[in-house]
Amino acid sequence: MTAPATTGTQVVSPTRRYGAFLVYFVLGVGFGIVLTKSEVLSWFRIQEMFRFQSPRMYEIIASAIAVATFSVQLIRRLGLKSASGELITIPPKPLGHGVRYAVGGTIFGLGWALTGACPGPLFALIGNGLTVMILAVGSALAGTWLYGFLRPRLPH
Amino acid sequence: MMAMVSGPWPWYVAGPLIGLFVPALLLVGNKVFGVSGSLRHSCSAVIPGRLQYFRYDWKSKGVWNLLFVAGILVGGLLASHWGGPQGVAISEHTRVALAQLGIHDFSGLAPHEVFTWRALLTVRGFVSVVIGGFFVGFGTAYAGGCTSGHAISGLANLQLPSLIAVVGFFAGGLAATHFIIPLLW
Repeated sequence: MTAPATTGTQVVSPTRRYGAFLVYFVLGVGFGIVLTKSEVLSWFRIQEMFRFQSPRMYEIIASAIAVATFSVQLIRRLGLKSASGELITIPPKPLGHGVRYAVGGTIFGLGWALTGACPGPLFALIGNGLTVMILAVGSALAGTWLYGFLRPRLPH
Repeated sequence: MMAMVSGPWPWYVAGPLIGLFVPALLLVGNKVFGVSGSLRHSCSAVIPGRLQYFRYDWKSKGVWNLLFVAGILVGGLLASHWGGPQGVAISEHTRVALAQLGIHDFSGLAPHEVFTWRALLTVRGFVSVVIGGFFVGFGTAYAGGCTSGHAISGLANLQLPSLIAVVGFFAGGLAATHFIIPLLW
């Protein structure tokens, strides 16, 4: 949350807030570099993955999940607070009927293979000079908006 | 060391680094690693209409994510200037399969026959960029997350919904790769 996080009587100063925003940008830069140097943003790698012709993407995804899982469980066990002073909590995802995850996930998967990119890589590809992906992002925004429009009528 | 700068990174460097973004964002500001939220925040900021889904305080909930995404774009720009050998060294089997689909230019991150402004006038260019992008945006909003939010953050938090979503990701990806692409190209 960007609202000043109160820890007891302490209020986070505006300078610290802007500092935090800079950190998010810098982390994004790092992530864009990793997406590029790992080649996970490549349409060719995605094709190779969905054709089961190389273990590379699976090794990357599995090791990323392993490191993330270990970190999250460790943070939880230690009951750590963030630099912004909040107790770190990850809100659980409501299961509902599960329809949104199965159907939405499948629709996303179709798009993932067709564009060869999920949302992070789409932005990294634009940075890499694949400017036509600006249109893919525009299309993705239209898709997100249509979901917002249809939401009351869709099963979740 | 120079190979780390110019060449692609091995999986055991790339994968763990990606995973570390989850604790990094949690430790900095209690933020859950994810990218697709930025699409919702953008809609909320620009064209919320009267839709309930977009009517929330995107400034307090989404600015960090929009900055993160802007950073991703800049990171891609920086990394692309570090040069190194062009082209992605995919498996020979994939090359052969793609050549049968009419892909012969393996020099970029994505085939130039499909992912250029000119190619939008072809069926495969339009389907890949415009329809594919649309499915990414709709699907990720419906599922409530993408590869980062579900496959990495969600699974790391042992969420069953994320597991269902990830199975869906692969079901859709396999269907597109083995049925739709061969059919339409």
